[in-house]
Amino acid sequence: MIEFHHRQSAHCESGVTSNLLYFYGVDCSEALAFGIGDGLFFGYLPFIRVNKLPLTTFRCSVGTIFNKVSKRLGVTVRRKKFRSPAKAMDELDKKLDQGIPVGCQTGAYWLPYFPPAFRFHFNMHNLVVLGREGSDYIISDPVFDDLVRCHRSDLIKARFAKGALAPKGAMYYLEHVPDSPDIQQAVATGITSVSKIMLKTPVPFLGVRGINFLANRLAGWPKKLGAENAALHLGQLIRMQEEIGTGGGGFRFIYAAFLQEAAAVLEKQELARLSNQMTLTGDKWRGFATLGARVCKGRAKDEDVYDRLADMLRECAQQETAIYRELGEIAAL
Amino acid sequence: MKIDEVPQDNGMIADHGHEICYAVDENGRYRLVPSLGWEAKNIVNDQAWEVISSEAEKMYTLAKKGKVSPLAYYQVKHQMDLTLLAKYVSLPRWRVRRHMKPAVFHKLPTRILQKYCSVFGISMDELLNLPESFSHQQVKNRLT
Repeated sequence: MIEFHHRQSAHCESGVTSNLLYFYGVDCSEALAFGIGDGLFFGYLPFIRVNKLPLTTFRCSVGTIFNKVSKRLGVTVRRKKFRSPAKAMDELDKKLDQGIPVGCQTGAYWLPYFPPAFRFHFNMHNLVVLGREGSDYIISDPVFDDLVRCHRSDLIKARFAKGALAPKGAMYYLEHVPDSPDIQQAVATGITSVSKIMLKTPVPFLGVRGINFLANRLAGWPKKLGAENAALHLGQLIRMQEEIGTGGGGFRFIYAAFLQEAAAVLEKQELARLSNQMTLTGDKWRGFATLGARVCKGRAKDEDVYDRLADMLRECAQQETAIYRELGEIAAL
Repeated sequence: MKIDEVPQDNGMIADHGHEICYAVDENGRYRLVPSLGWEAKNIVNDQAWEVISSEAEKMYTLAKKGKVSPLAYYQVKHQMDLTLLAKYVSLPRWRVRRHMKPAVFHKLPTRILQKYCSVFGISMDELLNLPESFSHQQVKNRLT
């Protein structure tokens, strides 16, 4: 089996990116990968439904982190999709025999080592396959404590999961990694880019405007949807924010960790201060989840509780706006 | 979030290890801290499962009465809608919809039934006959 340093991480894509780079001698932490890859985002997309409930996202679209990090660090990536499961597995085996760790996009529903409570039809889970022992594959799944094993037939099912964003057996591996990639430049680009996306995306449901948009909608839920359905909407929102793989606070803490590292990389102390502010915003998001979960459980029934929740979101939006403004200015220098 | 604020409320990931939270230590440095889970998350996850299992219970009752085929129960149990199930068995949606009718379902050739068996990971016997009783735990702990 390939000698691979498995480091558990909060989020699958940034974890895979960081671990693969580490294998090739680039020590890029998960937080750094997340920040360089424009991981942070916000979008409230009521016209896209997951389990009949609106989609809220706290991160960029899947694949962006890996793509942007490899582009910004000058890494060459080879990616393949397949029609035939047999060919997809052959190609995987071939690469493993050559000693190359291979990233795979999979559906989480079919991975047997997932806790049953987390098995949903989510097709954008990333993991690294390291080797094969008989009919078992050895996998570094970044959101798990240790290496895991998965039977070949389960891995086939997972790689060929169907439905929205079907992986179609997608696999990828690094072909060339530069000896000393320009991390400073990559970090600065990542910061500018996130500040721009969060402040200037010209639609009302994305970026910080999206947080305010959601706040206004959320305040109207109990009237519009009735208490029960409003609680389901709220529950889904909190799951998106805190579900396994965010590091807490809808990725705000992991981004704060990135800013802290960025302060050292770019030697800009202002970034450390902004990291602290981002931590406070993350705490506010956590507070939102705590109160929201109480509502879902039926423990907080007072009439204005949704207004209070909406106000908490508006405060998050306000704090984040200030942070992204400063980030844009600092990184431009 | 400070390290001592990282929640350790066991629930959803029992026996499956930890998940990572980002939290600051006493010097304000960010650290990766393992967490057993968080009560707020347990609540909303339970809520989501409640919806799935009560949907499954509804289908189970209907299937027991012979109003729909067992397929309808297994579909809901596996959180699939018609479109997704049709994709998994590579059949057009209208055919899968017809298979929800008990009269049609019980005349299906083995070849087609086999497809459903392999998607749901169950035996032919399980597919044709519903489990004897229904419990919400059955849905939550599927495939284990």
